[in-house]
Parts: sequence; C-alpha cells; structure tokens
Amino acid sequence: MMRKALAIAAAFGFAVTAFSAVADTTAMEPKDVHWSFEGPFGRFDQEQLQRGYKVYHDVCSACHSMSLMSYRNLGQPGGPFYDPKYKNPNDNPYVKTIVKDYQVPDIDTDTGDAIKRPATPADTFVKPFPNEYAARASNGGALPPDLSLIVKARENGKRYIYSLLTGYATAPAGLKVPAGKYYNPYFPSDLGSAWTGAGKVPTGGFIAMPLQLTANRVTYDDGTTATPEHEAADVVAFLTWAAEPHADERKDLGIAVLIYLLIFTGVLYASYRAIWRNIEH
Amino acid sequence: MSGPSTYEPKTGIERWLDTRLPIIRFGADLLDFPTPKNLNYWWTFGGILAFCLVVQIVTGVILAMHYVANADMAFNSVEHITRDVNYGWLIRGIHANGASMFFMAVYIHMFRGLYYGSYKAPREVLWILGVIIYLLMMATAFMGYVLPWGQMSFWGATVITNIIGSLPLVGPAITTWLWGGFAVDNPTLNRFFSLHYLLPFVIAGVVGLHIWALHVPGNNNPTGVNVRSKQDTVPFHPYYTVKDGFAASVFLLLFASFVFFNPDGLGHPANYTPANPLVTPNPIVPEWYFLPFYAILRAVPNKLLGVLSMFGAIGLLFILPWIDTAKVRSMRYRPMIRVFFFVFILGCLLLGFCGANEPDAHPLPGGAVGAFLDADLNSFVWLSRLGFLLYFQFFFALFFVGLIETPLPQPESISSPVLPQGAAASPEKKG
Repeated sequence: MMRKALAIAAAFGFAVTAFSAVADTTAMEPKDVHWSFEGPFGRFDQEQLQRGYKVYHDVCSACHSMSLMSYRNLGQPGGPFYDPKYKNPNDNPYVKTIVKDYQVPDIDTDTGDAIKRPATPADTFVKPFPNEYAARASNGGALPPDLSLIVKARENGKRYIYSLLTGYATAPAGLKVPAGKYYNPYFPSDLGSAWTGAGKVPTGGFIAMPLQLTANRVTYDDGTTATPEHEAADVVAFLTWAAEPHADERKDLGIAVLIYLLIFTGVLYASYRAIWRNIEH
Repeated sequence: MSGPSTYEPKTGIERWLDTRLPIIRFGADLLDFPTPKNLNYWWTFGGILAFCLVVQIVTGVILAMHYVANADMAFNSVEHITRDVNYGWLIRGIHANGASMFFMAVYIHMFRGLYYGSYKAPREVLWILGVIIYLLMMATAFMGYVLPWGQMSFWGATVITNIIGSLPLVGPAITTWLWGGFAVDNPTLNRFFSLHYLLPFVIAGVVGLHIWALHVPGNNNPTGVNVRSKQDTVPFHPYYTVKDGFAASVFLLLFASFVFFNPDGLGHPANYTPANPLVTPNPIVPEWYFLPFYAILRAVPNKLLGVLSMFGAIGLLFILPWIDTAKVRSMRYRPMIRVFFFVFILGCLLLGFCGANEPDAHPLPGGAVGAFLDADLNSFVWLSRLGFLLYFQFFFALFFVGLIETPLPQPESISSPVLPQGAAASPEKKG
C-alpha cells in the first residue's frame, strides 16, 4: 500500500507543477443598484445621461481620458444631447457650445508650426494629459484608465464602478495605507502584506484615486440634488452609454427581430406539420 | 443508396446543358436525395452548421472591410466598427456570438454522431472529415479571438502558442516561427488575420467533401439500421428542408437573443482593455468552447504530457471507428455503453467548468482540506483530474463494452418501429 502510494507520488514527482500560487485577491460584493437601462426593455434616461456627462466633465475628465468618444457622439441619436431637430449632430447647439471650451493641438499648414485650434464636434474628447508619462507623473505613478469602455472592461461593470465611487471607507486599524493611496473595500486586491491587525485580512485594496464624489460636487442644471449616490449613478449611466452608444438601438431592433422570428418559426412549424402529414415516422 | 439519378431534363436548354455540365442534375439529385424518414431533431444540426458557416463568412468579409490588422490600430478599429460603421455593432455582434453558436451546434452534432454510431462503417471517412472540420474551426476561432487585440486576445495567444514551445527540441523554434518574432506582436497579428480569412474557405471545401462523403452511404438514422427499401426514406426536399428550416429558425431565436440582448455575455471583460504585454490579466481563460481542453492541459502536472493529453483528447476521435468494437450502431440498443456515454458528457461539462476556474481555487465550500500529492484535494486541479478520467474512460469503454455487452433487439427496418405490425419490436416511439 505504502509502496504503491510512493510510486504514484514519484510518477507525479518528476513533473514540476506549473501552477503559480494564486494571490488571494478579494473585493466586497458590489452594491445592488439599478438603472433605467437594464434588461431588454430598459432604455437610457436622457436627462440622467446629461447629468452623467456633467459629472464626467466637471470631475472625472480632470484625470481620465475617453479616447473613443467624439463630441459629436453627444448629439447623435440616443446621446445625452440628441435633439430630433438636428439630425446631424455637428449642428446640435449643445455640442457646438461644449466644443467652444476646448482647444486641440494641430499643425498650421502655412507655417508648419505646432498650434492649438478651436475644437470641432468631430474631434475626440480632449485628453487631460498629453501622454501616459505625464498622466503617471501627475498621479503618483498611477495611470488613470481611459473611461470609454470602462463599464464593459470590468466584471459587473456598472455596479462595480458605482460601488467603487461611493464605497470609500476608513481603513481598519492595523491596515497600513501607503502614502498617496486610499483604502477602498471594492477595489480588488490582496491586502495581506499591508495587514498587521488581528483576524481576517480586510477585503479590497489601495487605490490611487481619492474620494471624488461628495455632496454637491457638481451643480446639476436640472436642479437635482447632487448626493454622492446620485452623482455616481448618473456618471455610471453616462459611462454605460459611452461604452456602447448603440445599445438602445440594438434592443429596439432585437425586439422586432424576435417578434419576426417567432412568427416565422410558427409558419415553418405549420409547414412542417402539413408536409409530413402523411408520413408515418 | 444514393441510387441512380431521377432527374429528367425537360426543356431544350436543360438537355443541352445536361450533356455538357450536369449542374442542374447535381442540384436536383441533392434535393431528391433519399433520406431516412425517422431522423429526429438531433439531425437538424448539420444544416444549422452549414448556415453558421455562411453567416460567419458573410459577416466576416464585411468586418474585414473595416478592420485594421495592426497592433496599434486593431483594438480601435473594432470599436470604430461598433460605434461608427452603419450597423457595425450588429455585424460584429453576429460574428462574435456566431462563433459560439457555431461551436454549440458542432458539439451537439458530434455528440449526436457518437450516440447513434454515425462514425461506424461505412461512414468512417465522413466522420474523419468532420473531425478535420472541427480542428479547422478551432484554429479559425482561436485566431479570430486574437484579432480585436484586447488583453485576453493577446494573453490567450501567448499561452496557446507557448504550448507548442513545450515540444522537445523543435518547440521553441516552431514558436518563434509562428510568432514571426520573439513574442506575440504585430507580425503575429498580421498572420493570424491572414489565416483567419483563409481557413473558413478551407472549411467550406472540407464541408463539401463531408457532404459528398455523406451522400455515398447516405444518412445514418436513430435506429442505426440500414435503409432497406424506398419505404424507409423520403426525398430530402421538401421533407427535410422544412424540418431543418424549422429547427434553424428555433436556433436563430437563441442566436438573436444573444446578439441583441446579451452580446458580451459569452465574452470576457478583459478583452475590452487594449492588449498590454506588461500586464497579465488574472485569470487567463479561453473562450468557453475551449475550456474542456484547457482543463485537460492543466490537469496533467507535466507540461508536455498535458499538451499530448490535450491533443490526444481530439486525436482519439480520428481512430474512433476502429476503437469501437460493437456491431450495433445506435446506443438506443446499447444500454451499457449508453451509461458510459452520459458519464463522458458529464466529464466534458465538468472539464469545461474546471477550465473556467483557477486551478488552486476550491470548488466546494470550506476551503482547503489537505494536500494530496501536488495539490489540495478540494481544488480544481483534482476536480479536473476527475473530469479527465470521465472523459478518457469512454474510449476504453467503447472498446471493452463492445466485446461483452448484449444489445437490445433492433427493429427489422426503419419503417417497422412505426408500422403497426412491427410495433411489438420497438421499445420506444420517437418522432
């Protein structure tokens, strides 16, 4: 018996396991929040998208780029500032007003000099930093991620981002928070090495972004009270739309396609029954 | 059984063409092909797969008009397709989810072939061509997943190409040759794009051979009994065009619900972050249809043996017709092997579940229970080893059970189970 066990052990023994030890990454389960745009019948709330854009514009855009977004997108069908009067988003007055605030780098074609020119609706969102190094230098070495696809690029994206933004907590005693970092129980990480307290290692991790969304951090144009929860829900709505601007169109078409297919399937089934009527099988 | 052609040219031009290029006869014979009348819905997946191939090629050709195969631009060009190209989000959604639908259908098609003994004489070549198509599909799907050049694209490509590197002596050289450099990079992306465009047409060619090989012996059927008379068959059209059409339409309902209501449900969030060779996503997981093989790879402690097991898991399918010792085709009349077959399916699902999880994670609540040999007993390492056994046992069972089992009585002919006089011989009635 013993010899047999040794033989099996030896058989496995010559093989070196390639499995690396898994870090015990933990994060708190995201909060259970809901939005108007969830599910097949859910659609974006345009006013919420406008408020969400305002949060991005006033707060996030100081550090986070959205390289896949152009100003014109804000005025396209389904967008925060879409107005059926202006089919071409480049003519949308809101979009035109928004771009007035921006200057984009360009080349003067007469002199070849590097210049700044006023932005147009066709330009992509102006980046807060000229390059990654500048972004890291201004943020204690951390790189603020681009937000164009952030909702799709994170597990349970909407709820995760909402929870992260509203979930900053005081670090428990015994947790050594590094300088320039902040404790957030929703930020997935392994805090084992920073934990000197008794009991279980706290969930979450250290994030380089300090708490941003505080009460009245933005002033909403529509008079909505700017609580941190409201701000977070609004900006998540905007980011979800930005990650897939055609989501509403997709669902609209999907409902039509499914209705069509259901009828078509019924017709095919009836044809099948009719054609096989006289065949015993 | 394909029999002599029944086509008769009716007009002058048809007669003229028929003596020069009998293409109308060819099509007419395909439509008239005598098909067993007792095929159940598991048989509709052949047609569904042909449909999937066409969908993937058509959407793929359109995507290639807008995609840029360059490591710096690929990710953004895919986003450009979904954001700015008219209905690009739809074309991409169909293509990305179409791959999953294609694999779902091919797995059902393969399990059907296994259950009803469709790989046995005289259909060995038909079956082997099918396995070749499956391998080509895997290569195509793998390279297609790399094209968006997200994190999972890049790291999936890195892991899979490194597998080749574990081959003794020649491995590293082959890997460098595959990469076109010393890491997965722009040359890799370019050649993957080229091959991803090429292989579907190779698949289409082998599908042609597969259908040709089908039309020589004709379809197998749920009883596994040979066609004996004209009474056993119906012409393919309209009987099976309408039945396959109905099944394809039901399949489309599922397909459309993914495309329109959960387009990213089968993907991975990490692939919405552009590829970054300096940051490894944790965990690296392949698409769901590769998970069982990924689990086999990781179940074996030795890398080379793991690779060989993974390829062996598919390689065994090539010699399946000669492993199986039973004379009876359909498992409907083989109660013993049927048990091993369902255990095999369970093994495939279990391996898929293991492949999606970290090896050292604990499948059962309660955490570590103590190490056995190289890993904790309550770990996906050991669970995938269980799956490994459930998978490979089937091939031994096919050999040994065939030697000892006593099959149930089979019907005289395809028609007899449903005709009144033969009713007594039939243990079940299937439509």
